[in-house]
Amino acid sequence: MTEYFLCWILFCVGLYCVLTKRNLIKIIIGLGIMEYAVNLFFILLGYKKDGVFPILSKTLETKPEMMVDPLPQALILTSIVIGLATTCLLVSLAMHIYEKYGTYDVRELRKLKG
Amino acid sequence: MIIGAVIAVELKDLLGAIVAVGAVGLGLAAAFLFLQAPDLSIVQIVVEILALIILIRAVGLTEKSSVRKSNWVSPALALMFIAVLLVFAYKALLDIPGFGSPILKVSQRYLFQGLKETGAANLVSAIILDYRALDTLGEATILFTAVIGVLAVIRKIGRKK
Repeated sequence: MTEYFLCWILFCVGLYCVLTKRNLIKIIIGLGIMEYAVNLFFILLGYKKDGVFPILSKTLETKPEMMVDPLPQALILTSIVIGLATTCLLVSLAMHIYEKYGTYDVRELRKLKG
Repeated sequence: MIIGAVIAVELKDLLGAIVAVGAVGLGLAAAFLFLQAPDLSIVQIVVEILALIILIRAVGLTEKSSVRKSNWVSPALALMFIAVLLVFAYKALLDIPGFGSPILKVSQRYLFQGLKETGAANLVSAIILDYRALDTLGEATILFTAVIGVLAVIRKIGRKK
């Protein structure tokens, strides 16, 4: 319960960053923080107390009954890679905006548009 | 990690903020390790380093961070919105099962039949590459679409017309 709530606070830090900051790079950082929080939340949901990682092995003698949930891990593995791809795309767009307008500031961009 | 995130949000210097967010990401990798997800931890470290390199490349363009006027209305509104969100999140979090006791409805089959049906010892990769291979195909599609998007944005030839 406490862990879930801390995870939500991390999400809210990222959300606050996205909502209030004016710098494009700061907004990208906020999105990254939100993404971390969501990934962590899924893994927290799948965690079993005193569980072991879901890899079957003859030497370690681990039983399926005591393993943590492998399904969220598989989904989050996908999600992390997609997060990298979206970050790449956002950064390249921001760099293009910087080359064109000479600033990362969102308010300046609005002024220059008119 | 929360402290690192707050530092990353509030630092005026962009490079410092990026280093702080890198600390958050590597802390996340350590947290995955404690939560018994070694595969995720490895992927997170690699992705984090790549993301840091890309972000630092973007910041290398700027000479100085812009001076900002303090605007009190917007942060207050955002904080009110976030407070409401947290209240609802707290109510919703009371309904899901507690920390350390997952439901394991679908995963039960994966855990017990996984070795027999797929022959993979690592159950995470069994799910990724066998049970949910279409999901992974979609991931690859998104990845290549993003790469095409990046190339289209940053290429130099053909834009100067």
